[in-house]
Amino acid sequence: MKLAMEIAKTHLLSKPKQTLVAMLGVTFGIGMFIGMVGLMTGLNNFTEELTMTSSPDIHIYNDITQDRPTILSEVNPNGFNVVLHQKPKKETSKLRNALQIAEAIRKDPRVIGVAPTLSSQVFYNYGPVELNGIIAGVDIIEEDKLFDLRSKMKSGRIEDLKASTDGIIMGTGLARKLNVRTGDRVVITTPQGYTMTLKIVGTFQMGIGTVDNIRSYANISTVQVILQQDQSYITDINIKLRDLHEAKNIAPEFQVIAGYKAEDWQTANSTFLTGVMIRNILTYSVSITLLIVAGFGIYNILNMTIYNKMKDIAILKAMGFSGRDVKRIFMIQSLVIGFVGSLAGLVIGYLLSYSISKAPFDGGDFISLDHFPVSFDPKYYIIGVIFGVATTAVAGYMPSRKASRLDPIEILRG
Amino acid sequence: MQVLRTHKVTKYFYDPEKFQVLKDIDLVVNKGEFLSLVGKSGCGKSTLMYVLSTMDTDYEGELEIAGERLTGRKQNDLAKFRNEHIGFVFQFHYLLPEFTALQNVMIPALKLQRYSRKEVEERAYEKLKMLGMQDFALKRSSKLSGGQQQRVAIARGIINDPDIIMGDEPTGNLDSYNSQLVFDIFRELTGTYKQTIIAVTHDEEFARNSDRVVEMSDGKIVASHGQAEAKQV
Repeated sequence: MKLAMEIAKTHLLSKPKQTLVAMLGVTFGIGMFIGMVGLMTGLNNFTEELTMTSSPDIHIYNDITQDRPTILSEVNPNGFNVVLHQKPKKETSKLRNALQIAEAIRKDPRVIGVAPTLSSQVFYNYGPVELNGIIAGVDIIEEDKLFDLRSKMKSGRIEDLKASTDGIIMGTGLARKLNVRTGDRVVITTPQGYTMTLKIVGTFQMGIGTVDNIRSYANISTVQVILQQDQSYITDINIKLRDLHEAKNIAPEFQVIAGYKAEDWQTANSTFLTGVMIRNILTYSVSITLLIVAGFGIYNILNMTIYNKMKDIAILKAMGFSGRDVKRIFMIQSLVIGFVGSLAGLVIGYLLSYSISKAPFDGGDFISLDHFPVSFDPKYYIIGVIFGVATTAVAGYMPSRKASRLDPIEILRG
Repeated sequence: MQVLRTHKVTKYFYDPEKFQVLKDIDLVVNKGEFLSLVGKSGCGKSTLMYVLSTMDTDYEGELEIAGERLTGRKQNDLAKFRNEHIGFVFQFHYLLPEFTALQNVMIPALKLQRYSRKEVEERAYEKLKMLGMQDFALKRSSKLSGGQQQRVAIARGIINDPDIIMGDEPTGNLDSYNSQLVFDIFRELTGTYKQTIIAVTHDEEFARNSDRVVEMSDGKIVASHGQAEAKQV
């Protein structure tokens, strides 16, 4: 074994250029893999975080469009009924017994926070500017537990909302468009035509345009007044879980408890999750392609080395090296190329990731971001080395086997 | 004492058509014997030597070296046997070009692992010294002249104290001065160290001066003469 390593070492060092070229193939493959995985994972984590800030783990609401039993089937339950193109029933989006449902769910040990809310479409008017948006009536303290609002406040404090009857906390994007700031008053108009003047007590920034540009928070009672509804009028219950990956399993249970539609965050954000999947597919397919190319490089170089060293192999075999010994000599070479190349690739990959993470990037109105988010998760560095060594092992195996099967007589007889 | 013995060794070539290269070869070689294998090109002498060297296993008949029956053994097994019992000297020295002369000599011994690394190095130096090559020990083998390389190759061939040295045209690629040198070395090895040598050669002078000449023609041993004639089967 030691002797095989010595011979392999001498072979590698006697042709440094060729060895270097083979290593560089692996290095670039792994480097690109690390760089791409870092960026893609960074983006994935970033978007996941954003989604988590804007959508609750489980969301209970009254899904009016959901299929409901027809009157016909109520009257004639055992018959064969066909009702085509059923019209939705006129129904408000109110959740009946919402507060009791919230209490029941709050007792579940898997739940961290439950926030009953109601929301409505409104127009915001400030001077001549009129913008479409959403106003959400929330218990701001509960909402903070769910979405960590406190850290996202740009001005004002969340307690200020609790203290006032006509206050709102407005998204920064919306405030900028209306050209208002904390302390100003805006007029809001509901689709039903009700108008009310509210005072801005703070602004928040979630980092996503679709939230920051349209949403503002008010107290539940304020919104109930705006909508001219009674004090039990709640349209949504937002739930935060201890483990957000459990959402898909827990949601159906809550749907039974509540008697309303309970949607988990993965279903609500399926488009985003598809994006994650596509990014992962892209990353791995590009990286694997790069590594296969590097693998062919190694295959070629080893093949060439073995072709050049046929005489050496023949004499080694004559002197008493078995096929396995010869195979070992060349496998060691390819594994060394793979391992050293991969390690260098990690360094290149890290530098690449680092420079990407420092590159300025303007997320625009949609996402508040000034640099690319890049992940430096060591997991991917380990995968990189395993990938690199595995590819070179496969690429080196075939030429090595060829060398081990070489018949020395054919070479020695000339 | 017999070192090598064959019984009715027969071999065929199948490409391009079936052709019998070796016909019932019976040969006995004794310890310390310096044997030359001669004959015209294509008479089968090289083929016979590769059978004797255990590298060619595709033959009929029996082969025995150092009291061990080698016919029918596995390649890896035979490789191990060669490492220990057979030394090679080829027409083209076949040294590993990236290694120094000393390393080249050491490789078979390191493979055998009979001695520690330090002892192997000492022994390799000793052999190189015996062949007058000690001054070139640390030179890369590719930097040596043809005669020097052949001497290093001989040192490599004897490092494990083999039972037999097999030479395939050991002087075939050398000028007369170096040929004489190599011959003298072989002579000394057989004389002083009781080394057995089997060499395939075209060099008539080389053959004439060896202990015994075995002449082959059309795959058969047609003549065997020399000092050891009496011991021939």
